Amino acid sequence: MARVQEILAQFQAKGVETCFHGRHINPQIYAELNGGNWGLKDYEARGGYAALRKIVGQDGGAGMTQDEVIAELKASGLRGRGGAGFPTGLKWSFMPRGFPGQKYLVCNSDEGEPGTFKDRDILMYNPHAVIEGMAIAAYAMGASVGYNYIHGEVFQVYERFEAAIEQAREAGYLGQGVMGSTFNFQLHAHHGFGAYICGEETALLESLEGKKGQPRFKPPFPASFGLYGKPTTINNTETFAATPWIIRNGGPAYLECGKPNNGGTKIFSIQGDVERPGNYEIPLGTPFAKLLELAGGVRGGKTLKAVIPGGSSSPVLPADIIMQCTMDYDSIAKAGSMLGSGAVMVMDDSRDMVETLLRLSYFYMHESCGQCTPCREGTGWLWRMVERIEHGQGRPEDLDVLDNVAENIMGRTICALGDAAAMPVRAMLKHFRHEFAAKIDAAQKQAA
Amino acid sequence: MSAAVEPVSAAPLSEATQARFAREVAKYPPEQKQSAVMACLSIVQQEQGWVSPENELAVAEYLGMPPMAVHEVTTFYNMYNQKPVGRFKLNVCTNAPCMFAGGPQALQHLCDKLGVQPYGTTADGMFTVQPSECLGACGDSPVMLVNDRHMCSYMSNDKLDQLVDGLRKAED
Repeated sequence: MARVQEILAQFQAKGVETCFHGRHINPQIYAELNGGNWGLKDYEARGGYAALRKIVGQDGGAGMTQDEVIAELKASGLRGRGGAGFPTGLKWSFMPRGFPGQKYLVCNSDEGEPGTFKDRDILMYNPHAVIEGMAIAAYAMGASVGYNYIHGEVFQVYERFEAAIEQAREAGYLGQGVMGSTFNFQLHAHHGFGAYICGEETALLESLEGKKGQPRFKPPFPASFGLYGKPTTINNTETFAATPWIIRNGGPAYLECGKPNNGGTKIFSIQGDVERPGNYEIPLGTPFAKLLELAGGVRGGKTLKAVIPGGSSSPVLPADIIMQCTMDYDSIAKAGSMLGSGAVMVMDDSRDMVETLLRLSYFYMHESCGQCTPCREGTGWLWRMVERIEHGQGRPEDLDVLDNVAENIMGRTICALGDAAAMPVRAMLKHFRHEFAAKIDAAQKQAA
Repeated sequence: MSAAVEPVSAAPLSEATQARFAREVAKYPPEQKQSAVMACLSIVQQEQGWVSPENELAVAEYLGMPPMAVHEVTTFYNMYNQKPVGRFKLNVCTNAPCMFAGGPQALQHLCDKLGVQPYGTTADGMFTVQPSECLGACGDSPVMLVNDRHMCSYMSNDKLDQLVDGLRKAED
């Protein structure tokens, strides 16, 4: 058994290629990491837990009130890093203040959006930034218990986070009376076991309650009826990890390193046809061309064809459009896509868009939770039609039917998985319709 | 009606297993023990290789849940093995980012080397090979998950050979 562990360990990633490549721009979350310095002492040496110390008034200062912490977050322009880009300070202000019962804080580390692997490197190499960020959030919202829901496939990350929690507990940063103050915060790690849908916040709550991960109707929103029916706030891992920096340096300083309405740095997971796939932490508003350059450009010196800029659910953008974009919520939205989780999928000019869409469509069919008919049935229709086209059995009417099915899924489901399945289809048809039409034409000629 | 179904009784839980369960249950409010079901089932799977109906019952009894509620969890989440698998379950990601970086080729190489089809198990019961959806390690493609808990990165054909040969020897 020990021998087996030894063999498997030889193939474990060390983070050198994805995180410690020294090609971040003004990093905040990934700054100074090397793989060996994830522990508590090293985190403290990097200025860690100073922000928590500051808000609870254990640094010689007066401390900060809940409103002051939330105001700082609002001033920072920090927007949710999980996909939706909702302003974090505003979200925190939705939690009921006077609520007499238990309130919960949840970290969404169920990183399953194809293309995304940033939270993995945060949790593996800088877990205390997430713990400190969660403690700050818990203080601001009066939540005394938190859970970090971690993607089941990255079990080593879950074990690392559990070890970090233990360190923080022993040092008095978690538990009863954080650092001698009256603030209490218990934090636990919870792992998934293979369900993309649990990245959706209400499915995640169901899963955390020990059930199938099927999304809930909203409203009621989690801020009023969340985990175990109690007020709950859910943020992404990277959002929490950004928080200590904001408290230490102030909201305006954070806003300044991004661009207006898009504060701070963002981690982009760039993969596909690039020379150096990996995570790159850069200020929001950095040109896409710069990000591509950091990643070594298109692999093999080939020509860029298209980019899916925000995880597999975001609409594809052709090269000429993405090359004009800057990497921030507003620029990518204006171009007709979404910054999403920050997964940047690069495709060179040899890529077949029908084949690409076929793989993505299979994924959404496989991961639909089955609760809503338009999604459960529609994702299957989409996949079967794209498969037919890919395998030389397409019919001329298929393209309109594809678009129609996608249109009829969108907005007709409880959660966003339906939209996530439909958007890539519609964008592929919008920008690369000729590739689909060519396969159908070829099939028709063959039949004749 | 089809043939009568054999009644199932709960598998016994060792003290060590119960201690592991207890550690998970302690994370949640006392009246919310059900929250630990995913962790308990994954512990069972790690120890037994799969989640049998007898083990589902044992987890249900331990957590005070209806057996069907446990079964819903086993069947909803992709990673629970509802049937026995090989000593080593190898999940190779073939989702789009990995498709651009050799994932499907890695799966093919493994299948060829082991003489199995996708989802198949070698005759000696040593390896089960499965394609899988996003493992969340796209930058390290080709990536493969071994027995749910060990991510193996940058799995070129050479490294796949080394891994398989190494595991075979370790188990001899």
